[in-house]
Amino acid sequence: MTLRLTAEERASAGGRDGAGAAMAMRVVVEAARLLGAERLIPIHSAHIDGALYHGASGTLFAERLVEGGARVAVRSTLNVGALDLTGCARVRLAEPARSLARRMMDAYRTLGCEPSWTCAPYQAGHRPAAGTDVAWGESNAVAFCNSVLGARTNRYGDFLDIACAISGRAPLTGLHLAENRRARLVFDVSGLSRAFLDSEIAWPILGALYGREAGDVVGVVTGVGAAPHEDRLKAFGAAAASTGAVGLFHVAGVTPEAPDVETALGGERPESVIAVTAEMVATAQARLSTVDRGAARLDAVAIGSPHLSADEFATLEGLLAGRKARVAIHACTGRHVLAGLEASGSRKRLETAGVVIVADTCVVVTPILPETVGGVLMTNSGKFAHYAPGNIGYGVLYASLADCVESAVAGRPRLTRASE
Amino acid sequence: MTAARADVLVGGASQTRGEALVLRAPISFWGGVDPATGAVVDVRHPDHGLSIAGRVLFLPGTIGSSSASAVLLELVRNGHAPAALVLHEPDAILLVGLIVAGEMGWQGPPALRLDRSQHAAFEGRRLAIAPDGEISLVA
Repeated sequence: MTLRLTAEERASAGGRDGAGAAMAMRVVVEAARLLGAERLIPIHSAHIDGALYHGASGTLFAERLVEGGARVAVRSTLNVGALDLTGCARVRLAEPARSLARRMMDAYRTLGCEPSWTCAPYQAGHRPAAGTDVAWGESNAVAFCNSVLGARTNRYGDFLDIACAISGRAPLTGLHLAENRRARLVFDVSGLSRAFLDSEIAWPILGALYGREAGDVVGVVTGVGAAPHEDRLKAFGAAAASTGAVGLFHVAGVTPEAPDVETALGGERPESVIAVTAEMVATAQARLSTVDRGAARLDAVAIGSPHLSADEFATLEGLLAGRKARVAIHACTGRHVLAGLEASGSRKRLETAGVVIVADTCVVVTPILPETVGGVLMTNSGKFAHYAPGNIGYGVLYASLADCVESAVAGRPRLTRASE
Repeated sequence: MTAARADVLVGGASQTRGEALVLRAPISFWGGVDPATGAVVDVRHPDHGLSIAGRVLFLPGTIGSSSASAVLLELVRNGHAPAALVLHEPDAILLVGLIVAGEMGWQGPPALRLDRSQHAAFEGRRLAIAPDGEISLVA
């Protein structure tokens, strides 16, 4: 397949709009060639995951774009950085990484990106309309954008995300094409108990199982009953995109491209049907923990991957019920929620109760939690459960939010049947 | 002697040499490879502990973390990149790291496409990679 560019695109790649814009357009064009795209399409917005520090090269790349006079052409929100610029939590990133990370965050601002610094931009007012083409990065945000909002994006990696934002273009391929959005797999949860499906832990666990089963195949979840709260779909997508290359899932009767199973399947027969059993759920749940569930040790509690919503903070405060946590609860969120917590007095109450609010970043991408050997982290997030052992060296105990709170208050793991 | 002819995905230097490292399982560069050294740090990976720096790296598959490109770019900048990448199928997220290296003026390794059924025969051999994708054994 040969890539055909418009005169406009060729002129921009040749330097008409400046060196930075030219570099961005060339990166998009080369990626399009590798992907076998026929042409580029205009995009309506971007969500940029590339401002998280992995080494000096990323800072130098962003600063090269700035020096070349580049500016984003579409609304562009920023995913988390490596620092908490609000000062809520102390990040132990050492020099020279600290300064380089700060320069990187500054460079993306100079390019015109919004300082949203959140992995839940869709709860921070960035909700593209169904059917529009966008270029989003960060796996959970991509899954939510495609699945829950019905906008169209591929999984845009570092550098390509900002290159698309500056050029205002993306390669026409993958999930931008309607025929690739049809479900080919049915993930049937109707055999599970209503009590489980209504529980908070159901969604991260089912997400982790779904991701492992579906990989990059588009699927439709059936048998969920009443439409779940958006925060539950958020947790499902984040867990699914951690264990599999999930960019899009449908939930029959819930998500916009799946008014029913038949529509999600595009009127065709599914290539596979997975009837989820209680045993499969039990296995998936067990895999989220990496330390023995009888563990006596508890070093940290972390919640908020994806970033907590205002509703989730209200639930946390209700569960704490005025008690104080002996083991700090690290609660990750974005500025969009922080402002409300401050206005209502909730931030002060939570911090008095032993909650450490982490804004702009999160505990598995930068050093915030205490350094430890053999430390145990409890979380209700399928995504934290997946990444904490490899990224920060903590063993994981997966539990419901209620059990996370009870354990933090007790200072040791307390698991009720809901978490078993 | 010519051992295989691969498709060129991203061009590199005029000629590249290195010892083959054929990974035994797909890898995620982010979380799987140390961007400072090129060591395989994923404890669950069968090649954990080996280094990809300076090797002709045969990849049976990649697990597409969206930061794979950032890890590869960092390896190019700090001199710990593989000598060449040989992929079963193109991974645009990973290879964007090489596209950006080219834009930054940093010489990155070439990336080739070769069916994974042909990878194992190269394990441990010293190889030369020509600009047209010809892979040959070095005596």
